[in-house]
Amino acid sequence: MSKLRLLFEKDGPARYISHLDLMRTFQRLFLRGGMFIKHSKGFHPHPVMSIVLPLPVGQSSCCELLDFETEQELDCAVLPALLNEGCPEGLRVLEAYEAARPVRELAYVAAEAVLDYDGGVPGGAGARLTELFARPVLIVQKKTKHKDLADVDIIPLIREISFEERADEIAARLVVSAQNPGLNPILIGAAIEKELPAYRPDFISVRRTALLDAAGGVFR
Amino acid sequence: MDKRLERILPRVQKPARYVGGEYRQVVKDKAEVDVRFAFCFPDTYEIGMSNLGVRILYGMMNEMPGVWCERVFAPWPDMEEEMRRADIPLYALESGDAVGAFDMIGFSLGYEMAFTNVLNMLDLAHIPLHAAERTELTPIVLAGGTACYNPEPLADFIDLFSLGDGEDVTAELIALYRKGKAEGWSKGQFLRAAAELDGVYVPSLYDVTYHDDGTVAAITPRDGVRPTVTKRIVQDMDRAYFPVKTIVPSTEIVNDRVTLELFRGCIRGCRFCQAGYVYRPVRNRSKDLLVRYGIESLQDSGYQEMTLSSLSTSDYPPLNDLCDGLMDYCEEKKIHLSLPSLRADNFSMELQQRLARGRKVGLTFAPEAGSQRLRDVINKNLTEDDLLQSCRIAFEGGWNAVKLYFMLGLPTETDEDIVDIAKIAAHVVHTWREYAQDKRRGVTVTVSTSWFVPKPHTAFQWEAQITKEEYERRVQLLRDSIRTKSVSYKWHDSDTSFLEAVLSRGDRRLGRVLETAWRKGAKMDAWQDYYRLETWQDAFSACGLDPAFYANRVRTKDEVLPWSVISSGVSTAFLWRERERAYQGVTTPDCRGQCSGCGANRLVEGGKCDV
Repeated sequence: MSKLRLLFEKDGPARYISHLDLMRTFQRLFLRGGMFIKHSKGFHPHPVMSIVLPLPVGQSSCCELLDFETEQELDCAVLPALLNEGCPEGLRVLEAYEAARPVRELAYVAAEAVLDYDGGVPGGAGARLTELFARPVLIVQKKTKHKDLADVDIIPLIREISFEERADEIAARLVVSAQNPGLNPILIGAAIEKELPAYRPDFISVRRTALLDAAGGVFR
Repeated sequence: MDKRLERILPRVQKPARYVGGEYRQVVKDKAEVDVRFAFCFPDTYEIGMSNLGVRILYGMMNEMPGVWCERVFAPWPDMEEEMRRADIPLYALESGDAVGAFDMIGFSLGYEMAFTNVLNMLDLAHIPLHAAERTELTPIVLAGGTACYNPEPLADFIDLFSLGDGEDVTAELIALYRKGKAEGWSKGQFLRAAAELDGVYVPSLYDVTYHDDGTVAAITPRDGVRPTVTKRIVQDMDRAYFPVKTIVPSTEIVNDRVTLELFRGCIRGCRFCQAGYVYRPVRNRSKDLLVRYGIESLQDSGYQEMTLSSLSTSDYPPLNDLCDGLMDYCEEKKIHLSLPSLRADNFSMELQQRLARGRKVGLTFAPEAGSQRLRDVINKNLTEDDLLQSCRIAFEGGWNAVKLYFMLGLPTETDEDIVDIAKIAAHVVHTWREYAQDKRRGVTVTVSTSWFVPKPHTAFQWEAQITKEEYERRVQLLRDSIRTKSVSYKWHDSDTSFLEAVLSRGDRRLGRVLETAWRKGAKMDAWQDYYRLETWQDAFSACGLDPAFYANRVRTKDEVLPWSVISSGVSTAFLWRERERAYQGVTTPDCRGQCSGCGANRLVEGGKCDV
């Protein structure tokens, strides 16, 4: 019996699968592939698996991780292809390997946020946004687990941020804190809306590009 | 994905419902498709994807070369609002293409409360509501499903109705459409030809006239079309399409499991039950085939739960053997088998216990009426002894919760019958006291009552629904009669059952009422959050019609019923005979015991039912 980790991609329509639904989807993926993963003991056994860092609904990612344990020996080399046969559109397993590194070593998330401006990017936006996120304190409202709003200073949670102006959009590249507490990159939109309403984008789409450890190396 | 759609999705609840892409959805190359079918379910994704009929027809149509069937569901009002604001027309999940661009638009209609959603979906698709306003061959708007056994309230909006099992007739309709499209037929030509197909009702080819009192004077076929349309059936369930490889939603739906259809029809003949009559005759699927379908479906889907589905699962002759055949696989893979629609008899209970294996899900029995007299009236051949015996086995086996379903307002019901409901519940509690193994956790007996809705094509199609005031009085009487703390009582909200009674036996004039109510905001009427009786009352007054005329009036034997143009294969003479026997309190044996000559056997090749 071994602890395994899957590296997978979540994009297209699969972006809208919520965390709980994604867990259910993976349970079925294993069964479709004829694999039986380890179940908890007790009266209502459920499969033992966990998604290392749940991705907010609507965001895409090429670096999701899922940990699970198996009852039988599985060949990691063939596992991705086997699972991908049963995947919904947009979900793709890239790699399977032994889960060597503990999840607590995951420290940062790299992401790209694309800010759409339907009427063209307002002049000087890149510079203004760079200034905004260079402030010592930047308070935004964030939904808590209890569904109410709390004020959070996001500056300590942002390790790196840069902006690149394009035709009708600005691409923001961020490295943010992953956990305890983490930052949802989409919250930069809330900060812009609050502090620089004239630079409010019409839409923000977020793609997670890498999971990093404390030293900035890839966590996998 | 459409950029506009991408922008609204973060603001709506459960966006996974609106994007498609699920495992086993069918995507075809448009260049190789000449008939595009938008399969519309007039309720939410979670409800529609739980419907086996949708899965059967979806799979069957997509196996036809050149045909691409896609799914369309009613958006929840938050999504609808966003779609209207962003000017996104109703679209199909697989391609994302607007429904207006499809060749055929088919609605699955299982219940009357979804009628306004049909109008709303046509409107969202930018398709003219009235059949008469759609003058071209494309798109053809059709509907099928149990609610179409009285299609008249929707006659103004739907081009044609398909009655009965859809497998064969859908294929025939598609073939006919393809021919018409290739030969440049007009819509009129197509509909006239479609009316020649068995099981197809084209409402525009029938004129309805009314007496001064509002009852139907005559339904006159035009242009030589047949006077009565008889439903279609699948002759051989072993050769019928079964969706082994079917879509597995990526988000949780209501019926989130494999559904294995054991048989169609029902041998019982409960006189209130529309399904029991309109799905006749009984046609079983063979046990070995079911075992194979069941295991293959579980393997393909990855589901860990399977429902053995039918109108009365304990009436499937080889049920024990079927369960044996599935048990090894299910035990090994930790798959839970569930058997709804079991009768409250010993056999069922023993089976239930075997399957439960420690998992004690709730037990539900439906005696329907409190007294033996009234159960005989409705031909529910279940005695209180049967019920108590089943409860005893359950309690001995460790169950400690039982739900009991009843109807209030059944024909001939008296106050005594209602008080007897409370007595049955008390007897169940008593049985628990006597036989329960472990009394520490107590017992919960839940009594639920609904307001009886007389349905077309049943023995009670001529009956009046009791009024709202009377229903509420009977609810109060039952509340007062229940004295045991262990018994809790839930009653169905009265207003929806009233509208259901109106729509299910309505005539063509209700089309105007439907449209008026929808324009005043009625939609999602099956959902308590959205249903508003006042909207409907306003619509009725605006149209000068009285809903009580439809709900609370007794029909005479010689009245022309609006749905008499449709035949379920069961003869009206038989239904009337059943009504008379009901009033005499005489039961009718089930089809296995003795044939009662309902007429449905004439639908079967060879004229003999598979009982």
